[in-house]
Amino acid sequence: MTVTAVSLESEILAALDTVADPELDQPITELGFVRSVSIADDGVTVHLRLPTAFCSPNFAYLMASDAYDALRALDGIGEVRVLLDDHHDSDKINEGLAAEAGYVGTFGGEAEESLDELRTKFLRKAHTAAMERCVSALMRRKKLGPNEIHQLTLRDLPDGREKSALLRRRFALGLSMCPNSKVVVGDDGHPLPDEAVPMRLRFARSVRISMEGNAHFCRGLLATRYDDGGVATPQFTNTRTRSSR
Amino acid sequence: MYTKDGNSYFIVDGHVHIWDGREANLRNVHGKQFIDCFYDYHRNLSPEDVVWDYDTYTYYGGERLMRDLFVDGYVDHAIFQATLLSDFYINGFGQTEEAFGLAQRHPDKLTYNHAYDPRNGEAGLAQLRRDAERMNLQGVKLYTAEWHGDSRGYKLDEPWSRRYLEECIELGIRNIHVHKGPTIRPLDRDAFDVADIDKVATDYLELNFIVEHVGLPRLEDFCWIATQESNVYGGLAVAIPFIHTRPRYFAQIIGELLYWIGEDKILFASDYALWTPKWLVEKFVDFQIPEDMLGEYAPITVDQKRKILGLNAAALYDIDVPAELRLATPGQDTVDVAAGAKEAVPL
Repeated sequence: MTVTAVSLESEILAALDTVADPELDQPITELGFVRSVSIADDGVTVHLRLPTAFCSPNFAYLMASDAYDALRALDGIGEVRVLLDDHHDSDKINEGLAAEAGYVGTFGGEAEESLDELRTKFLRKAHTAAMERCVSALMRRKKLGPNEIHQLTLRDLPDGREKSALLRRRFALGLSMCPNSKVVVGDDGHPLPDEAVPMRLRFARSVRISMEGNAHFCRGLLATRYDDGGVATPQFTNTRTRSSR
Repeated sequence: MYTKDGNSYFIVDGHVHIWDGREANLRNVHGKQFIDCFYDYHRNLSPEDVVWDYDTYTYYGGERLMRDLFVDGYVDHAIFQATLLSDFYINGFGQTEEAFGLAQRHPDKLTYNHAYDPRNGEAGLAQLRRDAERMNLQGVKLYTAEWHGDSRGYKLDEPWSRRYLEECIELGIRNIHVHKGPTIRPLDRDAFDVADIDKVATDYLELNFIVEHVGLPRLEDFCWIATQESNVYGGLAVAIPFIHTRPRYFAQIIGELLYWIGEDKILFASDYALWTPKWLVEKFVDFQIPEDMLGEYAPITVDQKRKILGLNAAALYDIDVPAELRLATPGQDTVDVAAGAKEAVPL
């Protein structure tokens, strides 16, 4: 195996790391949804798998097409083939991706415009959950009550994983990144009246719990379905003979 | 009935099935995918010692059901929820006649809820009238993601669905059990969205809407609409097995439900044979919010457990509860409005 090939493998993995399950807000690589990656002279084939044959076809398509787009952006990768295994819409989605038919072309009469609104809806949920994690952690640490959090700004949050996650979600939604911005905001990014903040946080907790619960289901069912203890690492094979990409 | 520590509980299992997922009944690959998906849920979330082998799981029949529910499972009354899936199975997935026949033989123990599909139009309405009379229906179970020819789902607030709901009112069918699924047209939207339940619950106050699986995977959206509507209930099927695999997570689910929708509107269900009721009842009675979460959630009381395990469903279905198993002071313990519903204002 050449040095170049190793680096192509890690580039592929890094590209797939950027693809998230919109419902769970976690990368498909960590969730174990990437079954295998094979690198050949003419290109790369990635097989994806999901926890059930009946996972939502719209989300399945989003993940598969995001993976396709992420891989296509890599220099010298060759032809990209993304195949979704064992799903009730596998044939439809795989044919659509291979033909670069797009969402509407893939689903025909079942599609209307695009999946943009769906994507935004789940980005908002992801932001709401990330906001709750940051605020609840700070409330526990500083013994703050729900009526004391309306003035919290981004600069009040300690640096760390939770804050970075919140900032990433805010960036994705185009919300203010200014350190003086309020942390607890509505879906539109605007601050709320002080008295509405505790209920916003209360609802945000439900969003966070719901998303975490779905992740428990998905990880558990995937591990049971494929009987591999939920091993997240995709199987790599590399038969590429050319060293330069 | 289940008794523990001097407390007795009347048990109503709000969601049970007799299905046939055997190979001979599969219409296509989706039938196989569907029963396999159920089996994965069963294997993943059941305690190891109550996991069935695959062949038993695909078909178990009425005798086994009677034993698992009423002999071993502490259940006093159970409600069949029909799951037709005619596009996947030759003779349907849920076994209508077998379940209905069993309910006729044991009316004190079993209630049969049938299903309809509003995409069947006028012919389906006529069928619903015949079914309601023959089966003396009190409830129906609707799977909004059911495949039907070219269609892979519908919304409850579509015109034909409204006509069926209005027919239910006419026919005395009061309880509408709703199970959301992954497909709907257009695929642009979230198929699990519960906004359509919100609309019809507002418009048809004569009906009770029992949202199966407490709206999972959209627990938060379900909680939010349930606070606004007095006639929306939550069925615990599929959520409650977390009590074994992830008890701390279950504490958060039940804590959220008690806060948002309240103790009067949560219904126990095993989703038999996805899971068997025996261990679910035992673990739920033993369950308590972990000490370190008591800042967020109040402890669950014995009377709250009584309501959830049976008394709430008994009230919805007029099931007679022996005097000694009712609450000490019925009515006085009823919580009309959940805490979250009192405080919630649209954001």
